Amino acid sequence: MSNITFTLNHNVVTIDIDPTKRLLDVLRNDFHLTGSKEGCGEGECGACAILLNGKAINSCLLPVGSVQGQDVVTIEGLSQSRQGQALSDAYRDEGAVQCGICTPGMLIASHALLLENPHPTDDEIRIGLSGNLCRCTGYNMIVKAVKKASEDGEGLW
Amino acid sequence: MVEHFLPTTLTETLDILDTNKVEIIAGGTDLMVQRRTWANTLPKFDQTINIIHVKELNFIRQEGSKLHIGATTSYTTLLQHPDVPQLLKDCISVLASPALRNIATIAGNIGNASPAGDTLPILYLYDAIIELSSKHRVRYVPIQDVIVGPRKTTIEYNELITSIILPLHDFSTVRFDKVGGRKADAISKISMAAAARIEDGVIEDIRFAFGAVGPIIVRDTGIEEELLGRTIEDIPDVLPTILSSIASRITPIDDQRSNKNYRSNVALNLLQDFLLTL
Repeated sequence: MSNITFTLNHNVVTIDIDPTKRLLDVLRNDFHLTGSKEGCGEGECGACAILLNGKAINSCLLPVGSVQGQDVVTIEGLSQSRQGQALSDAYRDEGAVQCGICTPGMLIASHALLLENPHPTDDEIRIGLSGNLCRCTGYNMIVKAVKKASEDGEGLW
Repeated sequence: MVEHFLPTTLTETLDILDTNKVEIIAGGTDLMVQRRTWANTLPKFDQTINIIHVKELNFIRQEGSKLHIGATTSYTTLLQHPDVPQLLKDCISVLASPALRNIATIAGNIGNASPAGDTLPILYLYDAIIELSSKHRVRYVPIQDVIVGPRKTTIEYNELITSIILPLHDFSTVRFDKVGGRKADAISKISMAAAARIEDGVIEDIRFAFGAVGPIIVRDTGIEEELLGRTIEDIPDVLPTILSSIASRITPIDDQRSNKNYRSNVALNLLQDFLLTL
């Protein structure tokens, strides 16, 4: 066990934990932040995506020791921000949510993309979201939603 | 007592490696999958050392005609760096997914030693030198002497991959092909890295290396040499010999991702296409 201290959704937290435990399990079971989902558990679906220092990461692949001293934002944190709100509005307006399991990871990947590229083309959106699977296959609506968020949220990213 | 180490300096890391039996985690994107068990259950590790916080290992530095890449440098950092060769960038841009590339490392590709490791054909093509450090010495080993079989390396228990050294070349053509079941996040069925320097229609330098068609990456400099000094126009004449030489060097297998016939045919087609479009 080790004391791991990091910033979680803008608050400094410390937890005494096995540093090889998956960040996804720590978020869901120790911090009760269940927005991040486990889909495949092997880095192929992106449902567990979180932001590590502003970049999308699959939390199912990250030992919690790797976030020592780092900045972690989950979907719960993102949704409290203006960017998160703009993204959820756009996802709602474009009908980009079907069963919803992929949505937290899609929103994280969308935000991470817009942070790097505030005006992405359709192709750039598809590449930006290429690590996230939607089992309902609602990709066209998701791509449109990211486009809409980038337009409606002009200046936020 | 089981310990999981989280060092922040290289000295500390090499001290720990020298006196403890530990598995090394950098990005963790391979190991965490190999050792996963079930939701909210610890991955199966005995003792580990997580080197991601060792800042001295996170760098990209050009020294003369060589590029030095630190062991914990992420693929995303490489993709965005001006000094990284285009061939390596072409490979990284189709490797895994943006989220994986944010944390995964080339050193991990080497340590994991999968025959399908996407950057490995490029390291062979560039004659990369791997810097292996222990508390007692540093040694510089050519990539083909580091990886000796699927998941088998000659890295000693107390050694750490500290950097990857790429001799830079002025190729006029580079190409990376990856054949997988999906564009993102696919483990390659076959991959090929190829590069050439053509001057006034004459082949001055040519290299090609294949992934996932044998227990280790396949590159045969003897076959490449048969093309040196020839002109582009000569290629159709020597092509059958080149292809049959490569066919005799590759030993693809049937597995859940592909089969040996497909792998063999596609590997040869990729090489043919590369050579005929020079």
